[in-house]
Amino acid sequence: MGKISGHPYIPNSVPEIKAQMLQEIGIDSVEDIFKEIPDHLRFHGEMKLPEPILSEYALKRHVDGILAKNKACHQYTSFLGAGTWQHYVPAVCDTIASRDEFLTCYVGDAYSDHGKFQALFESASMIGELVDMDVVNTPTYDWANAIAISCRMAARINGRKEILVPKAMSPSRLAVVKNYCKPEIEVVQVAYDRNTGLLDLDDLKKKISSKTSAVYFENPTYLGTIEVQGGEISEIAHQNGAEVIVGVDPSSLGVLEAPAVYGADIVCGELQPFGMHMQWGGGLSGFIASRDEKKYVAEYPSLLFGLTPTAKEGEYGFGEVFYERTSYASREKGKDFIGTCTALYGITAGVYLALMGPQGMKELGEGIMQRVRYAIDRISKIEGVKIVFSGFNFKEFVVNFDGTGKSVREINQALKLLKIFGGKDISAEFPELGQSALYCITEVHNQEDIDKLVAGLAEVCLI
Amino acid sequence: MGIVRIRSDFQQARWNEPIIYELSNPGVRGIIPPEVEPGIQALVGDVAGKLPDSIRRKKAPVLPEVSQKCVLAHWLRLSQETMGSNIGNDISEGTCTMKYNPRVNETIVAEPEFAELHPDQDIDTVQGILEIYYKFEQFLKEVSGMDKFTFQPGGGNHAVYTAASVVRKYWEDRGELDKRNEVITTIFSHPCDAATPATAGFKIITLYPDEKGIPDLEALKAAVSEHTAAIFMTNPEDIGIYNYKVDEFVKVVHGVGGLCFYDQANANAFLGVARAKEAGFDFCHFNVHKTFGTPHGGEGPACGAFGVREEFAKYLPVPTVEFDGSKYYLDYDRPDSFGKVRDFYGVAGVILKAYAWTMNLGAEGLRACADASVINNNYMEKKVLAIRGITSAFQGNGITRQEQIRYSFENMKQDTGVGTDDVCRRIVDYGIPSYWMSHHPWVIPEPMTLEPCETYSKDDIDEYVEVLRQISKEAYENPELVKTAPHRSSSHRRIDEPSLDDPEKWAMTWRAYVKKHLSRK
Repeated sequence: MGKISGHPYIPNSVPEIKAQMLQEIGIDSVEDIFKEIPDHLRFHGEMKLPEPILSEYALKRHVDGILAKNKACHQYTSFLGAGTWQHYVPAVCDTIASRDEFLTCYVGDAYSDHGKFQALFESASMIGELVDMDVVNTPTYDWANAIAISCRMAARINGRKEILVPKAMSPSRLAVVKNYCKPEIEVVQVAYDRNTGLLDLDDLKKKISSKTSAVYFENPTYLGTIEVQGGEISEIAHQNGAEVIVGVDPSSLGVLEAPAVYGADIVCGELQPFGMHMQWGGGLSGFIASRDEKKYVAEYPSLLFGLTPTAKEGEYGFGEVFYERTSYASREKGKDFIGTCTALYGITAGVYLALMGPQGMKELGEGIMQRVRYAIDRISKIEGVKIVFSGFNFKEFVVNFDGTGKSVREINQALKLLKIFGGKDISAEFPELGQSALYCITEVHNQEDIDKLVAGLAEVCLI
Repeated sequence: MGIVRIRSDFQQARWNEPIIYELSNPGVRGIIPPEVEPGIQALVGDVAGKLPDSIRRKKAPVLPEVSQKCVLAHWLRLSQETMGSNIGNDISEGTCTMKYNPRVNETIVAEPEFAELHPDQDIDTVQGILEIYYKFEQFLKEVSGMDKFTFQPGGGNHAVYTAASVVRKYWEDRGELDKRNEVITTIFSHPCDAATPATAGFKIITLYPDEKGIPDLEALKAAVSEHTAAIFMTNPEDIGIYNYKVDEFVKVVHGVGGLCFYDQANANAFLGVARAKEAGFDFCHFNVHKTFGTPHGGEGPACGAFGVREEFAKYLPVPTVEFDGSKYYLDYDRPDSFGKVRDFYGVAGVILKAYAWTMNLGAEGLRACADASVINNNYMEKKVLAIRGITSAFQGNGITRQEQIRYSFENMKQDTGVGTDDVCRRIVDYGIPSYWMSHHPWVIPEPMTLEPCETYSKDDIDEYVEVLRQISKEAYENPELVKTAPHRSSSHRRIDEPSLDDPEKWAMTWRAYVKKHLSRK
């Protein structure tokens, strides 16, 4: 142990300390501990890793050097969304998310980690208000997993084995759901209306049956339009004895109705817009909410934190609700499985929502819808370019380039030279939509950004 | 050596912090979103206002209305009422490998060249993060001997679920899934080794230990059959004993055609010492947030790195990260892949931090972690077992423990009535986080699982031992003091645990609490 002696992360790598500890144990070397591993199971080679960079300065410089090969959305004007969205992250969110107490705690009980329990309880409380539900779980890995878990919950609740999902759904999220539903639950897609992108109610009626466990739909849809038929979809589902699961981008809920109001039994969605940097898709965090009935609560695999009294009168204490359901408590007899998910993001989302308040959420939603409308109006005037769906959009919309004779790929490559990241190419995901891209605009885009996009598109579509 | 002084005057912050809703006053605001320019406003007008009634929000969400200072102060106080491992002596959370999480790595992930990357950006603009993924994968291949990794799973359990998904796909491809419907695990393997294959549709068979605490090989031989799809096992198990017959387990399972998954959540003792490959396993996983020094985030964000031997690489989730000699890219063209377990590519920040952590240590440093962790543990064991009322699982079986130990307060409970629940609450009064007892079922009575990984100094260990000694003394002399703990924590003892299981009383949101407990008063 030459270089590593006295490593800043390993205090007992100092030879004198190590020797003293070995002496107190009563052994000569660490090999007297590893002797429990038979020789043929030992690794006798050397791990071929790069030479360590011991100085913190040099390490930072090395990693910064690699990251400098990236071009990120602070250097380019980006119109990418489709599951990870560029929103402004308030400074207070970053401050709280980087506190060592929240950042480095783990599974301590509420006696050492009271603050973590309260923070996640408060996040759940605010999400509950957005969706109008009384029960909200601790966060899941992401929205995709939240959908998947919701589907399995529904299947356990009513014993049925088929889930209807919209065809206009993120294929990536669908892949997660399909895998998680195996082997018992079948996932069937319901067509979307080619004019609006909304769920095709005729196809829904055709496909729904007494086998249908749940109907899942999203608001806004993956293709950007706002699903205005929530009440009708819920009615059709309920008439057939199915549960209604609604997936939301909750940043829309300052202006869009709470899903419980139009019939949702379970609501799930993505918290990344609430204070998480995009981090190449690593900022995702899902949530699930439901009615406060035992039949729903009993089926959550997640940890659920509840408010409970303590020995000191009037003090708020916290504990685990209905812990027996979890796989931590009941192994394979628990509901699915639970593990380390995205608690810190859940805490951050609470900070975000408290900063925003009802007025902030309303202004956020209104402002995004105005910018999107402005962008749609202007882009639709470019020759050969079409806005694919009519109706209301929240922050995303599909732009078709078939009339330009160019592929989305070509257009995005040309936009890149103008320091613009064009919308996500969905021509492979939705071939029926031709050369189309999913554009996203949020509160981070000002008029100049949108005008720059419009001018850029006009230029590259002409060439 | 430093001074060993227990923090007997410790007092955790106790703000009696109200619920954020109780701080709300109408009209007060925490932040103003960017305004829409008048030019846009004039052209488009009130767009949201034109939404049809069916979807337009009619009642504003009841969110708190608080100032920015109020928000900052509230959550700072809540943070002070939380013990992070970077602050506390977190030998407590055994099996969790609570390492120091270097601050420099937090500055790295905050760089906008990473933080502001969108996952659908053109591949030419994300060469840096792809390089990090690719290189960290090469590191893990060296550490494990496996041939290919995915970083898509969001935690250890998720990686084990990914293993179950690969096992299912493998048998599905061979047309034998109906027959190969059993997964074997051991009781001291993490619950996810039972729960995730069960979620994936397998029946679970659980092996119990022999008299020495090693999973019973004879029981395995009796359990395997033409129905065996795989074995999912931890080693060392959560009680800290290395299963020296592990390769025989693998041979028995392979002998009936089954697959072998090595849960390496407890890998810290074996960095550079022993690997999944030499033991013959087909797959393994690492908890990157444990073994590779990244923060646990109060239960995530995290990463479970899942690795396989070459013949199983085709089943991994899409996309994989590849390098063609000049450029890194994402490979979606993998027709045998079982699909996905998470959107996009996993928690990239964890991989970035783990890359930096590993680059700081190198092969020699990783091995130093293993050495320090097992020396620390054996040093600690000797001292802890000298404390009245504490024993360890399978004590005296002649097997030297590795990186962690499951202790037991069974004797103390019999002598004094003070059990592990009480000690776990009392330890917080000395500024030490609640410790990890055990997953259920408690095969070892009154358990406490401690893991003094390489982060902890001799002084830290000595302090921890002194606190346990002090609490033991209290238990024997003044048991009520321990039973009524905590006394100096942010929160007092819960007095109505059954209410948390009672649908009439449980409250997982403030609105539910108001309905059930405040409105009725």
